[in-house]
Amino acid sequence: MPISAYLIVAGVLFGIGTIGVLMSRNIIVLFMCIELMLNSANLSLIAFSRAAKVSDGHVFVFLVLTVAAAEAAVGLAMIITIFRNKHSINIDRYNILKW
Amino acid sequence: MTIDSVIFAISAIVAVFGATMMVSVRNPVAAVLYLIVSLVAQSVLYIQLSALFVAAVLIIVYAGAILVLFLFVIMLLNLRGTEELGEHSKPISRFVKCLAATLITVELIFAFKSGLYSESAGAVIDTNSSTFGSASEVGRLMFTKYVYAFELTGVLLLAAVVGAVVIAKRDPDEIPAGLRSTTDSDQKPRKVGG
Repeated sequence: MPISAYLIVAGVLFGIGTIGVLMSRNIIVLFMCIELMLNSANLSLIAFSRAAKVSDGHVFVFLVLTVAAAEAAVGLAMIITIFRNKHSINIDRYNILKW
Repeated sequence: MTIDSVIFAISAIVAVFGATMMVSVRNPVAAVLYLIVSLVAQSVLYIQLSALFVAAVLIIVYAGAILVLFLFVIMLLNLRGTEELGEHSKPISRFVKCLAATLITVELIFAFKSGLYSESAGAVIDTNSSTFGSASEVGRLMFTKYVYAFELTGVLLLAAVVGAVVIAKRDPDEIPAGLRSTTDSDQKPRKVGG
């Protein structure tokens, strides 16, 4: 398969993640969509790394995975804290910072 | 139609299907499971691109750790799939959102479709260098060329762990009276969470 096929799959996954982030009202699903977008970026990094025939992209993917793990830990802690105060996972209720 | 393209087609369809179902399904637990399906299919694509080590890491770290953390939080919050999330946004707002996302996707696809990357990925093991994508090659790069980034990643993880504990921990004395919950339903999760 050509490299561009993998890149197109990555682009489609990124688009699905974008739709999810924009349309979702469940904070946890929204968070998972961000993870999906990070993953599609990973897929494109792997494909580019394969096209360039160097392994550097794999190291970048490793770093992105670490950032995703850190983001998930902190984000889920924030979700728990907000849920304690708001008793809802609906992002439309999280309007306390709205001016 | 080689076996390579068949595997690619199946895993690409499963990856996109899992992602679509994750966005559209209402039950958050089912959404997590669909995301795992999508990730497994994506790791098959990684293997096709000779990234064997990263494919294994993706399964271990994502399906094994991060998504289990998501499941844990969903069960900690005791969310029900049928929780009413209220009425949807205005139709014009939804239309604009869909349009923006579609435009981004189409732009990405057109950018990637260009003939620059039409080279075939070929078999799993590269003929140029047999160590491409192996754990030893990635590890060698990580500890030589990108050693500073790697060390900073460790600092980032430490900060994230400390930050997560500080954010999620709740000291009852430090909560202002206005934010303190008075319902009984809030008492149980607090005890469980410590």
